[in-house]
Amino acid sequence: MTAAIQQAQNTEDLVFYVRDEEHHAEGSSTALGFWIYLMSDCLIFAILFAIYGVLGGNYAAGPGPQDLFDLELVAINTAMLLFSSITYGFAMLAAEKNRQGATLAWLAVTGLFGLAFLGIELFEFHHLIEMGATPQRSAFLSSFFVLVGTHGLHVTFGIIWLVTLMAQVKMRGLIPANRRRLMCLSMFWHFLDVIWIGVFTFVYLMGMLR
Amino acid sequence: MPETSPLIQAIFGRLTFESIPLHEPILIGTFAVVALGGMALLYLLYRYRLWGYLWREWFTTVDHKKIGIMYMVLGIIMLLRGFADAIMMRIQQSIAFNGSEGYLNAHHYDQIFTAHGVIMIFFVAMPLVTGLMNYIVPLQIGARDVSFPFLNNFSFWMTAGGAVVVMMSLFIGEFAQTGWLAYPPLSGISYSPGVGVDYYIWALQVAGVGTTLSGINLLVTIVKMRAPGMTMMKMPVFTWTSLCTNVLIVATFPVLTAVLVLLSLDRYVGTNFFTNDLGGNPMMYVNLIWIWGHPEVYILILPAFGIFSEVVSTFSGKRLFGYTSMVYATVVITILSYLVWLHHFFTMGSGASVNSFFGITTMIISIPTGAKIFNWLFTMYRGRIRFELPMMWTVAFMLTFVIGGMTGVLLAVPPADFVLHNSLFLVAHFHNVIIGGVLFGLFAGINYWWPKAFGFKLDTFWGTLSFWFWVVGFWVAFTPLYVLGLMGVTRRLRTFEDPSLQIWFIIAGIGAFIIALGIATFIIQMAVSIWRREALREHTGDPWNGRTLEWATSSPPPVYNFAFTPVIHDNDAWSDMKKRGYKRPLEGFRAIHMPSNTGTGVFLSALSVACAFGLIWYMWWLAALSFLGIITVAIAHTFNYQRDFYIPANEVVRTEDARSQLMNGGR
Amino acid sequence: MPMFRSLRRFTPFLLLPLFLLLSGCNWVVMSPSGDIAAQQRDLIIISTVLMLIIILPVMALTVLFAWRYRQSNKDAPYDPDWDHSTQLELVIWAVPLLIIICLGAVTWMGTHLLDPYRPLDRLAEGRPVEANTQPLDINVVALDWKWLFIYPEYAIASVNEVAAPVDRPIRFNITSSSVMNSFYVPALAGMIYAMPGMETKLHAVINNPGVYEGFSANYSGHGFSNMRFRFHGVDEAGFDEWIENARAEGGALQRQDYLELERPSEKEPVQYFATVDPLLFRAILNMCVDPGKMCMSEMAMIDRGGGAGLAGLSNLLPLTYDKNIRRGAVFGPKPTFVASICTVEEALAAGQPDPAQDRRVTGGAPLTGAGLPRPTRISFPSFSSPFGALQPSNI
Repeated sequence: MTAAIQQAQNTEDLVFYVRDEEHHAEGSSTALGFWIYLMSDCLIFAILFAIYGVLGGNYAAGPGPQDLFDLELVAINTAMLLFSSITYGFAMLAAEKNRQGATLAWLAVTGLFGLAFLGIELFEFHHLIEMGATPQRSAFLSSFFVLVGTHGLHVTFGIIWLVTLMAQVKMRGLIPANRRRLMCLSMFWHFLDVIWIGVFTFVYLMGMLR
Repeated sequence: MPETSPLIQAIFGRLTFESIPLHEPILIGTFAVVALGGMALLYLLYRYRLWGYLWREWFTTVDHKKIGIMYMVLGIIMLLRGFADAIMMRIQQSIAFNGSEGYLNAHHYDQIFTAHGVIMIFFVAMPLVTGLMNYIVPLQIGARDVSFPFLNNFSFWMTAGGAVVVMMSLFIGEFAQTGWLAYPPLSGISYSPGVGVDYYIWALQVAGVGTTLSGINLLVTIVKMRAPGMTMMKMPVFTWTSLCTNVLIVATFPVLTAVLVLLSLDRYVGTNFFTNDLGGNPMMYVNLIWIWGHPEVYILILPAFGIFSEVVSTFSGKRLFGYTSMVYATVVITILSYLVWLHHFFTMGSGASVNSFFGITTMIISIPTGAKIFNWLFTMYRGRIRFELPMMWTVAFMLTFVIGGMTGVLLAVPPADFVLHNSLFLVAHFHNVIIGGVLFGLFAGINYWWPKAFGFKLDTFWGTLSFWFWVVGFWVAFTPLYVLGLMGVTRRLRTFEDPSLQIWFIIAGIGAFIIALGIATFIIQMAVSIWRREALREHTGDPWNGRTLEWATSSPPPVYNFAFTPVIHDNDAWSDMKKRGYKRPLEGFRAIHMPSNTGTGVFLSALSVACAFGLIWYMWWLAALSFLGIITVAIAHTFNYQRDFYIPANEVVRTEDARSQLMNGGR
Repeated sequence: MPMFRSLRRFTPFLLLPLFLLLSGCNWVVMSPSGDIAAQQRDLIIISTVLMLIIILPVMALTVLFAWRYRQSNKDAPYDPDWDHSTQLELVIWAVPLLIIICLGAVTWMGTHLLDPYRPLDRLAEGRPVEANTQPLDINVVALDWKWLFIYPEYAIASVNEVAAPVDRPIRFNITSSSVMNSFYVPALAGMIYAMPGMETKLHAVINNPGVYEGFSANYSGHGFSNMRFRFHGVDEAGFDEWIENARAEGGALQRQDYLELERPSEKEPVQYFATVDPLLFRAILNMCVDPGKMCMSEMAMIDRGGGAGLAGLSNLLPLTYDKNIRRGAVFGPKPTFVASICTVEEALAAGQPDPAQDRRVTGGAPLTGAGLPRPTRISFPSFSSPFGALQPSNI
């Protein structure tokens, strides 16, 4: 189209409107829109990280990270989430090849890894609360629970979305709309992975070094 | 408080009969008026069978133009509420002298000034600005709708939902008594155990979802949907300022959301983010809320700057002077607005170096702003200025805003701020820029674009009257506040000791009443114009000899905006087209692909309001059920794949032919 | 044009601020009685004048252009395509830039010179503070909704009234008991926030004797409007008299009395206290006036050492004393506070923490506060879990 405009200008015969218009491909802006949404979500996490950075040392004469965190467990947890990202990648590859069954299977595996991640996280939270290290005990614990918990909440919604999407792929196949949705969820899922790496490094690893 | 049974408590949470202010005559009166008015409205809607029409054509619409108009209606309705609060404050402050307690007790007065701030910013200025952007931006860039039309409808209803939550607080329970930013520890559960702060939090959270999504939507629209040929540096200035505003929205509203979530966790779960004890730090809240709050100011003023740019150039009959520097100034302001938040609390005791850093960054913002003022000035230079209403508002803005800018820079000098912080001088300053900048801009914009939206101009007699009431009223109301600030009078006081101050408050009160006349005449202006619409009708679609693309289509524009997507060769696209002999296409029309209407947005918003209400009153069943409802409706919505339709070619032909006839036949 | 007839109506309003600057009477911010406030006033005037250099021409040009290029004036040149001039653009960016550079320099210097934390070096123009002058210390506590002033040097205290000798540097040490307030005596000096658990400082001097208004300049709840006090600037003799008077009239202000005093109340009359617990202000600042509550200084010291470990989990006591209608969050546990390990005296005496002294409280046994019953929740949960590091034996 640009070439056409250029030509028109050269010949002094200006084109002021597009005669033969292809219709805007539906959803052509979705990727950009979703990216921007992810960035705004990222900002929420940035705030939570900042809060943790400022309040993370305020134990209120209670326990600190070294007393509470179990790195081995968190490492297993991290592995779960990383694996789920890889399997999501496989799902996308399968979708690319138009293999619906394989896509669904990989999505299911992703969901299971996600559930395992959530399960371990809930187990950790449960233990902390059981022993009295509740979010109310100190500002450190408040910011820890909220940062990690917000991530967990995102994973929860990711899983709900995943299940919905699986149903939709099952019903309608890998039509363009569903492919677009798969791509959005994939961005979301990998985004949560990146955030978790931040949490793992910043909260758990650095916490043990504090 | 009488004992309530556990069952009642489980159902109604902390809502009791005492929560309904039956003992407050003012509130009962207000409620009666609202209820009668509402019932009359409902009856009329029923009588003329408008329900179906409203639902089909407006509530469920995904047309950016109709959504834009609904935003404007919301903003104007809420302006009445916000202004009622203002008048009540002015009356209280002008009579509470010599030991008099005035007519408002602290419980009410503190709610009123909090509600005034919250409503004016979130539910007046924001909807009006968003409404104009929604209406105009797609037209200016030659698009048929925004990128995500359903999201647009949803955003509007969430904003409206937030407004509904605020209005509910008037008649059920109370609103926050904390000031519009609800600083903890005062807003914590220890010092504000009632429902007021919870109303505040959930109103803003519900509306915040709408604002963030509409920011994303418009941002993507501007980036992705521009007509061919419209490079970034050929975008109209209003589109540029909208772009920057939406960048700011997307990059700051999540901060507000996060901060309010933390505050609500403190209140509901007992965490210690902003508490005094157990390691909490209220100063974090103050910092974070202003990291959102300062850019928010620019979210409001930038679109107004855009409006003035369009108006000045149109009514001077001249290209905008210094387009490039205007764009750069806007971008610089956008970036700098993130680096100044600390100037809202120099007095918190940061070191001198930190304070001067933030003071100086604040002053630096005045450089691009000053450049903008000069650009408008030199656009007028060697122009042919037509003093229609939009231009009158613009000149009034230029004369008013520079004073507000000056006092703003003054407040950015930390030692000066130490004596003026939180004083009425500050109050006068920010009203000077928000009324003198944002509101004057909105009035310029409404008068300018009304003919585009409705096909007839606004009445000039009542418009001129409204203009003078507003401008004079503004100065009469706020000059005394500058004076009082220099007398060391602080804001949010309910009673006063020094009787010599009273005269200034009375003058300010008179000013507020003049502004009330300004609002009344503005409403009369709209009513009279609608009444006399045939006389004010214009058929060209270009009543002001406009310069940008929105004037290329008919007034009101057809659903699809442009039968053929325009191609742009110049920043003043329409002006350029007219100059070079553009002829309106009359044939070859094709079917046009458009998004379909949906009621999902209304349902989601209604459920959000219910969820908010449940959370505010501790009715957990309601909160849980409506939250489940939100998830269900949202998921169900994604199963709908039929979201668009084609306007058949012959319908486009009919619409365009009708326009041709009108244009040829004249009147 | 109706526009311009009316613009003339504007001029009185535009000039109003100037007239006001010139007139005197109760323009306390413009004619203060303390040197700091006077310098702040000077800065306001300098900045305003600097800005008017550009604001006035802009306003004049706006009116001029609007008038000259009106549509009906066919004599004025019309140049519809003139939209750029590099020279002009340079000027319109450079002139504001120059002004902001000047103003920025003024700001940088002024902010550092008038930093409220900076001890005074002059009493007024040309009157430097003599070497080794001890400033008068006044500890200020913002209460709901009244002001408490403690004079550590004289061991007296007062409510809603404060006095200081003329021309003697004063150092206010400011804190708050509950919510944020702002300590402001316009005639004396600029304001500074009063925040719970935090100490802000303000150095100032009063140059003219008199009685001045003081108040909270930050909204703090229902009683805010009446949170006023009087600041008395008096000569040396008058000050001694004021102190004597306080001593003669007043009772004692011990920590127990303070707990009564800090309960919310409005329109408190002026009160004096002849004796004051010398540790009271530090205790208020560290939020440990109520017995058994851990001071923030102690807490900070423990936290710096990595917290009190798992033992710290059982070191909580239910909150019984409270000045507010305080209650727990609906989903939270009952409000608690951290019990102190040291006494208030020890905790405060420890003062500034010495890294060498930092100690980590270890061991699984519950901690008890000084002279307090053992916390109700004494059983420490022992469990075996995959949380290896969580087992008490590992700490």
